[in-house]
Amino acid sequence: MYKVLLSWRYLRSRYIALASIVSVTLGVATLIVVNSVMAGFTVEMHDRLHGILSDIVVRSHNLNGLPDSEWHMEEIRKVAGDEIVAMTATVSVPAMINFRDNIRGQWITQPINLIGIDATTYSDVSEFEQHLLHPLNRDQMEFLLRENDYGRGRKEKFPVAGWARRRVAAQWEQRNITDQVENGAVASNDAALITSPPFELVDDSQTPAELPALPDSIEELPALQGPLDNGPRGVGQQGSLPAVPFQTENAPQLTFDAATEQHTGIVLGISICSLRGRDVEGDLMDYYFALPGDDVKITFPNTGQPPKAVSDSFTIVDFYESEMSEYDSSFAFVPLSKLQNLRGMITAETGVASVSAIQIKLRAGADLDMVRDRLQARFPLQQFGYQIQTWRDMQGPLLSAVQLETTILNILLFLIIAVAGFGILATFFMIVVEKTRDVGILKSLGAPSRGVMSIFLGYGLSLGIAGSLAGLALGLLFVDQINVVASWIEKVTGQEVFDPTVYYFSEIPVVVNPLTCLWVVLGAVGIAVIASVLPARKAAKLHPVEALRYE
Amino acid sequence: MSSAYKLPQSKILKVAEQSPHLHWAMAPRVMRATGLTKSYRKGKVEIPVLKGVDFEVREGEFQAIVGTSGSGKSTLLHLLATLDQPDDGEIFFEGNRIDNLPAKSRDILRNRYIGIVFQFYHLLPELSALENVLMPLMIRYGFTKYMLGRRKNRRRAIELLDKVGLSHRLKHRPRELSGGEMQRVAIARALIADPQLLLADEPTGNLDRQAGDEIMEILRDLNREQGLTVVVVTHDDAIAEQADRTVHLVEGRVRTM
Repeated sequence: MYKVLLSWRYLRSRYIALASIVSVTLGVATLIVVNSVMAGFTVEMHDRLHGILSDIVVRSHNLNGLPDSEWHMEEIRKVAGDEIVAMTATVSVPAMINFRDNIRGQWITQPINLIGIDATTYSDVSEFEQHLLHPLNRDQMEFLLRENDYGRGRKEKFPVAGWARRRVAAQWEQRNITDQVENGAVASNDAALITSPPFELVDDSQTPAELPALPDSIEELPALQGPLDNGPRGVGQQGSLPAVPFQTENAPQLTFDAATEQHTGIVLGISICSLRGRDVEGDLMDYYFALPGDDVKITFPNTGQPPKAVSDSFTIVDFYESEMSEYDSSFAFVPLSKLQNLRGMITAETGVASVSAIQIKLRAGADLDMVRDRLQARFPLQQFGYQIQTWRDMQGPLLSAVQLETTILNILLFLIIAVAGFGILATFFMIVVEKTRDVGILKSLGAPSRGVMSIFLGYGLSLGIAGSLAGLALGLLFVDQINVVASWIEKVTGQEVFDPTVYYFSEIPVVVNPLTCLWVVLGAVGIAVIASVLPARKAAKLHPVEALRYE
Repeated sequence: MSSAYKLPQSKILKVAEQSPHLHWAMAPRVMRATGLTKSYRKGKVEIPVLKGVDFEVREGEFQAIVGTSGSGKSTLLHLLATLDQPDDGEIFFEGNRIDNLPAKSRDILRNRYIGIVFQFYHLLPELSALENVLMPLMIRYGFTKYMLGRRKNRRRAIELLDKVGLSHRLKHRPRELSGGEMQRVAIARALIADPQLLLADEPTGNLDRQAGDEIMEILRDLNREQGLTVVVVTHDDAIAEQADRTVHLVEGRVRTM
């Protein structure tokens, strides 16, 4: 009884000891915040990665692909049919994209990873459709240009795009050509500079009818720098980029009406043709070089020996925004059959097409590694040369790096709590010295050494519990309010805590794992108790007479 | 925790109860010590404090141990209270040897059978007067047992504080009490366990004359009215004169007067 009473009284009368527990509190709070944020990142990343990648990919090491996807799918079904929910074949090939910056008129060339997909089945194996910007495409992807309304429900604003943009562009082109014809005196080398309308002036809320009036004369247009070429925008033919001056006579002869027709659709990773950065005021802004409705040219190798470059025009029908910069800046999706055709992957006699990879989605809860191993056994490496990977295998280095980071952070932070433990040790020794006479009194009243020891152990325990619970509360509060705190710190210091241009998510993701919290609290309490063992033993060993004499 | 040290039911105690005016000299011995020696080490030098002390206190006796400071009287009291162990010699309590008992048994002995009052009161500063008085019972009983009997114990503690004239100071902390009041709390604490023997180490040493007199009055009343055996260590001859018997300690030896 006296142990409880005295532990409690010491706790209430020795606030200095509470100061020593603050370090435990802070350690616990930090651990919980760090673990929650790391778990948040990991979970977010897993979700995204898994959303982008299918469960298992059977990939040919050869760019020309594995022949006869039907036969392969049949074999895969035979091996693991009961686990499989969906399968789709894809062709992926490194390619070059070539498009025109819609403001500056410059031609931009970028490497991309061109993927031919079957729009209906590809969405069954991954969350492809959910990452598209147009609401209709999110329901059913068709590789067709939509009217407008891209980016509805997106956090950031999105400019006018789609047919609305394409019509105005065609109109502008037409006007431009007319102007060229009428003002024949205008130097032809200036003409190319004004082929793009100033779409950046267009506000999201405006209807296409309210688009800004086109300038009356070219002199009113902003002076722009750019290479001198005519830009085969809206031209349905394969065009090498001519360095010849603009040929006004060519334009009326076009059979392809850009205002009403589109090329084969292509879905571009949003970062391929946009940059995220800050304007002069420091506000976050996206700059789009091209938008859905614009045409691009793609160049990629065919299956010839040696491969030759093949080019074709595509119309951007949507953007793909997975918020994983690696994918957003390289993926471009086109219809599978079109790509197979262009690359010559279809055998003319049989009509059997090759694909680069077969993507497989398994039922929920299936053992990925087990299925992978079964497939590996069916398609031995030395015989087929296929790479068979689960999505975890593909992102293994990234996932394990995050895991390692979490582990190391946990060890470091636990060391902080251990340091706090030494603080408790020192404080407790002081308290025992201060309480020497009390120990003598208790012993003179018949308190056994064990009882004296448990007073101080109980004291340590209650301090540990108090500190850990306070830390837990503080940590959970911090985690709960982390985005508020982050924005507050941004305001005070002017430093971006969580730069959306880097991370591609505007909020810090957090996941609180109750089990982790429990372990952290138990660990901290344990350290507090362990730190109080030595002082408690010292107190228990005090000689009653000497303790009573202690002044 | 059952008592590891069980005192035999003393028949003589009953005799004393039946005839409270029985002269102490005829009463049985409560405590007896023979040939006690004790020395302290100070560095390499060994300083003998007690050099073969014989001592006895009888049932219902009020005895004084007198000596100058450094004569070893406090050391003797500590040995009698089993707070310390002699280098040589034997101590008997109600006929049982107690100086060589294991620590646990000595703890129980102090907790239940021997009450101790110190010169510097030695109250626990974090506890109220009432809680200080209850402390020996809190030590004796486990949590549940204490909580079950807590009303009874509380009544008893309040009764004792009332007896020493402190019924109006129950909730006060020691630092809010005067020296005399603190010593009275200490006496009440020593009495809560109904001890066979009360040992007082200079109980008035830190008090002014009036407060000291009041404390002695309480101790003498306890002795006279309840037949409590009291041993008082003092250097004050005026106090020694009030005792039934006085033992003089000079340089670690008993000098009979």
